[in-house]
Amino acid sequence: MGVDPEAQFHVLAVDDSLIDRKLIERLLRTSSYQVTTVDSGSKALEVLGLMEDPDISSPASTDKNQIEVNLVITDYCMPGMTGYDLLKKIKGSSNLKDIPVVIMSSENVPSRINRCLEGGAEEFFLKPIQVSDMIRLRLYMLKGRPKEQQQSQQQENKITTGSSSCNSNNNNNINKRKAIDEGLSPEKRRPRFSRNSLALVSYEKEI
Amino acid sequence: MALREQLNGLVNSMFLEGLLDEQFEQLQMLQDESSPGFIAELITLFCGDSERILAELTKLLDQAVVDYQKVDAFVHQLKGSSSSVGAQHVKLACVQFRQYCEEHNKEGCLGALNVVKHEYYLLRGKFDTMLQLEQRIQAYESKQQI
Repeated sequence: MGVDPEAQFHVLAVDDSLIDRKLIERLLRTSSYQVTTVDSGSKALEVLGLMEDPDISSPASTDKNQIEVNLVITDYCMPGMTGYDLLKKIKGSSNLKDIPVVIMSSENVPSRINRCLEGGAEEFFLKPIQVSDMIRLRLYMLKGRPKEQQQSQQQENKITTGSSSCNSNNNNNINKRKAIDEGLSPEKRRPRFSRNSLALVSYEKEI
Repeated sequence: MALREQLNGLVNSMFLEGLLDEQFEQLQMLQDESSPGFIAELITLFCGDSERILAELTKLLDQAVVDYQKVDAFVHQLKGSSSSVGAQHVKLACVQFRQYCEEHNKEGCLGALNVVKHEYYLLRGKFDTMLQLEQRIQAYESKQQI
């Protein structure tokens, strides 16, 4: 007996496209997460309570976050501050660096993906985002919880085993997926890029 | 019920013709009793957004010297939103369009813009019918209170 733990997860979604904001909001709500959507990186930082210069102490920052956010999911391509810029600001802040950040993009650019993963992003999703992607977010949000930490660690290990990090192999896979992503293949395989292996982790949809 | 059959028939034919792809199925999954207007809202936003972009593109390509960066930015936006709603033909037309942009090929771009317009308006007609049917079904069902 107790409150559904997922109902307490609060996700901050950042995307300059109104359509994509509506979509991600619906996806997140369907998965029982609380959602806040903003249309830019700078608004995201406002919500997170981060001042322009993180070294300046202020009443807001001593409060940790003004609103508690368990995960940030952001589009990569945005005018002004890109998703990568936002990622770096979050990871560069002592208050916020532990908040998991996930990046989404409509474009399959290997160097971009690697850069984001190396910059501290938990995962990189190719758009359009799907319901099955939302379930994966739970993993990252659970990581912050001491009791479930062991369990989620095991889950993560299961998912990331069995992949080789051979670069040329990656490139072949990535080129194939680029074709798939452009809608030329009827069967939709979901490519996954996870920080732990920095390699393609591909798996069938599973709950 | 006849209206529902009509709607299903329309949507199925759009899938078969490739106007819609599996992303639209995702949208269907996301619409439920707690969010009955979700698809209608998204489609309406998509149509408004697309027409705005098509107007901008027409203006940009009408210039003597074309700003390909701006053109590409708009096509990228349209590609993104059509991908998000499952508008497959529109999306694919945008992909082609971006190739011509990259090559700074004005003739190619003009041709591609025509293809995008054609695909978009074709889709829009069917979306209009879809939304009308959906409205009628929802009105009927709320009267029935089943």
